[in-house]
Amino acid sequence: MIEIKNLVVEIEGNRILNGLDLTVRDGEVAAIMGPNGSGKSTLSYVIAGKEEYEVLEGEILLDGENILELEPYERAARGVFLAFQYPLEIPGVATMSFLKAILNAQLKARGEAELTTPDFMRRVKAAAERLQINQDMLKRALNVGFSGGEKKRMEILQMALLQPSFCILDETDSGLDIDALRIVAEGVNALRDGKRSFLVITHYQRLLNHIVPDTVHVMSKGRIVRTGDRELALELEASGYADYVTEAA
Amino acid sequence: MTDITPIRTQAETQLLDYLRHPRSSLPVGDGSVIRRADAIARLEREGLPNRRVEEWKYTDLRALLREAAPPAERPSAADIAEARAQARVFADVAAVRLDFVNGHLAAQDAPPAGVTVIGLAQALAEEHPVLSNLNRVDVAGGNASYELNRAFLSDGVVVHVAAEQAVAQPLHLRFVNRGGAPFSTAPRVLVVLDKRASLTVLESHEGDVAAQPNSVVEFVLADDAQLEHARVNTEAAGTIALSTITAVVGTRAAFRSVNLHAGTSVSRHQLFVAYEGEDARVTLGGVTVLSGTQHADTTLVVDHAVPGGESRELFKTVIDGEAKGVFQGKIVVRPDAQKTDGRMMSAALLLSPDATMNNKPELEIWADDVQCAHGATCGELDDELLFYLTARGLPREEAEALLLQAFIGEALELVTDEAIREAMTGLAIDRLAKLA
Ligand SMILES: Nc1ncnc2c1ncn2[C@@H]1O[C@H](COP(=O)(O)OP(=O)(O)OP(=O)(O)O)[C@@H](O)[C@H]1O
Ligand SMILES: [Mg+2]
Repeated sequence: MIEIKNLVVEIEGNRILNGLDLTVRDGEVAAIMGPNGSGKSTLSYVIAGKEEYEVLEGEILLDGENILELEPYERAARGVFLAFQYPLEIPGVATMSFLKAILNAQLKARGEAELTTPDFMRRVKAAAERLQINQDMLKRALNVGFSGGEKKRMEILQMALLQPSFCILDETDSGLDIDALRIVAEGVNALRDGKRSFLVITHYQRLLNHIVPDTVHVMSKGRIVRTGDRELALELEASGYADYVTEAA
Repeated sequence: MTDITPIRTQAETQLLDYLRHPRSSLPVGDGSVIRRADAIARLEREGLPNRRVEEWKYTDLRALLREAAPPAERPSAADIAEARAQARVFADVAAVRLDFVNGHLAAQDAPPAGVTVIGLAQALAEEHPVLSNLNRVDVAGGNASYELNRAFLSDGVVVHVAAEQAVAQPLHLRFVNRGGAPFSTAPRVLVVLDKRASLTVLESHEGDVAAQPNSVVEFVLADDAQLEHARVNTEAAGTIALSTITAVVGTRAAFRSVNLHAGTSVSRHQLFVAYEGEDARVTLGGVTVLSGTQHADTTLVVDHAVPGGESRELFKTVIDGEAKGVFQGKIVVRPDAQKTDGRMMSAALLLSPDATMNNKPELEIWADDVQCAHGATCGELDDELLFYLTARGLPREEAEALLLQAFIGEALELVTDEAIREAMTGLAIDRLAKLA
C-alpha cells in the first residue's frame, strides 16, 4: 500500500505539488487524470526518487515506511516501478544486458540469489512474447531507434521482468496504436494479482476500458481534487476539466 | 646583442649530452635512411617543442619533461625473462610475439608463413631495400617526437608480408619496460604489406618503471592490402610516453587502428596517415581514460592526396580528477582528392569540475566535391539517463559505470576481432573501475 500525505514539492522555486493526498491500497488500480501541467509526471518522479525536486512537506509511505529519504535504486528494490512517459535511449547498452543488470541489481539489493542465465533468458522470452516484442529488438541498444510504441512496450517488458509491487504507468497509452494498446493492457492485466497495485496516469478513457480501474482521481494544480470510480472517467471524457481548473484556482 | 644563445632547459641539456655518447651501435650515419645527425642538429636548433609551437600548444613538452632519463641499456637475460613473464596485455590472445624489453628487441617467436621479420640493425647493415619504406609520410617529417625517435633510435624490427598472404595469426609487438631507475627508449618498427596481403598487429606498452618511451611504428600498405592494428598502453605512473603511428595506404587498401590509453602520467600519441592510392579506407579509433594529474594528447593528421579516400575517426575520452585530455585531429583534403569522404568525432566526458579537455578538430579542404564532417563534444554524464537507470534499480555507481562503458564501447566496437575487442574492453573496464 502506498500512502501519500500532504505532499508539497517545488522545482527551481516553482511549486508543482500542493498538499497532495493519495492512497493506493494493495491490489488496487488507481487512475489519475488531469490537465497538462497539473503535476502528474512530477508526482511519479517524486515517488521514484528523482533528485532535482524539493520535497518541502509531506511523506510517502510504502507499506508504512517513509521512502522519501531513500535513493531511487533502494525504492526500486522495495518494489517501486515507474514506466516513463518518455523512455530514454541509452546508446551502447544492449537491451538484453541492461535487463540482466537491472534484474540482478534488484535481486542483490533484496538479498536474493541472481538468476541463472537460462532462467533469465526464459523469463525475458516469455515476457517478450506476451508483449509481441521480437528478439531482434532485445539485441539492439536500449530504446535507440525504437518507435514510440516500441519504447512503451519495452517499459512494460521491464515491469513484467522486475515484478514490482507498486507500478506507476505515466501515459503508457500515448503513442500506442490500437493493437499495441490492447497488447500492453493485457500485459499489465496479467500482472494484476490482487496484491500488486497500480497508479495509471492517462488522458484517455480508452485505456481504462482495457485496464479497468478501481478508483479514478482528478488532479489539478498539484492536488487531487476529486475521487470517484470508473464512471468519473466517462464523465470527464464528456465534460472535460473546465470545472476542476477553475475550482482549484 | 646579435648572438642568440639558446637557453636550454635541464632536460634539453641532458638529451644533447646523451647524444654525444650514443649507446646504440646502429648504423645510422649519413649514408643510412635514418641520418641521425639531422635529427640531432634539429634538437640543437629547436630544443623540445613548447606551447609556442602550434601543434604542441596543449602539450608543452619542454615544461612537462623536467628531467630527461638516459637511454636504456640492453637488458640482461634475467631482466628479459622477468619482463616477458610480467607482460599481461593481450596475454589471452593467440599471437606471434615480438618482445621489446626496455626498447631493445629481446625475443621473437618464429614468424608465420609469408612473413619475414628482420632486426632493424641487420636491415640497416644490409641496406635492405625494404627500408626505402621508412619516413614516407610527409607530415611526420620534422615532427618533434618523430625526430627525437630518430635521434635516439635504439633498436627495431622490420616486418614484411609478401603479396597475397592473408596472415591469420596476429603479430604482437610487445613493449615491456622494467627496472628501477628511469630510462628512455626509442624503438622503431616498420611493417610493410605487399599487394593484397593482410595482417593484424597488436601493440602493447606496459611496465612497472617510470620510463620515457618514444616509439615509432610505420605501416606501409600496398594496393588492396589490409591491416588491423590494436594498441594498448598501460604503462606505469611516472611514465612520459611519446608514440607515433604512420600509415601509407595504397589503392583500395584498408587500414584500421584502435588505441586504448590506460596508463602513463604524460602521453602524446600521434597518428599520421597518407593516402597514396585511390579509394582506400582508414578507420582510427581511440579510448583514453584519465584521472589524477594525468595528461594525454592524441594528435592525428589524415592526409587525403588522391581521390575517393574514406576516413573515419572516433575518439572517446573520460577525464576525472584534475587530468587533462587533448585531441587534435586534422583532415587534409588536397586539390586532387575529389570524392573524399571523411568523418571525425571526438567526444569527452568530464567527471570532475577540475577535469579539462582541449578538443581541436580541423578540416583543411582544397577540393570541391567532398563529404567531410567533424564534431567535438565535451560534457558530463547525463542526469536524466542516470535517473532512468537508478530508478530501475541500479545503484548510482553501477549506473555511472554502465554509462561510461557504453560511452567508450562505441569506439572499442571499431575493433573487428572479438577476442581482441574483449581483451581491450576488459582492460578499459578495469581502468574505469579505478576511477571510483
Ligand atoms: N524543471 C522544471 N522547472 C520549472 N517547472 C517545471 C520543471 N519541470 C516541470 N515543471 C512544471 O511543472 C508543471 C507540472 O509538470 P508535469 O510534467 O508534472 O505535468 P503533467 O501533469 O505530467 O503534464 P502532461 O499531462 O502534459 O504530461 C508544469 O507546469 C511544468 O512546466
Ligand atoms: Mg506528464
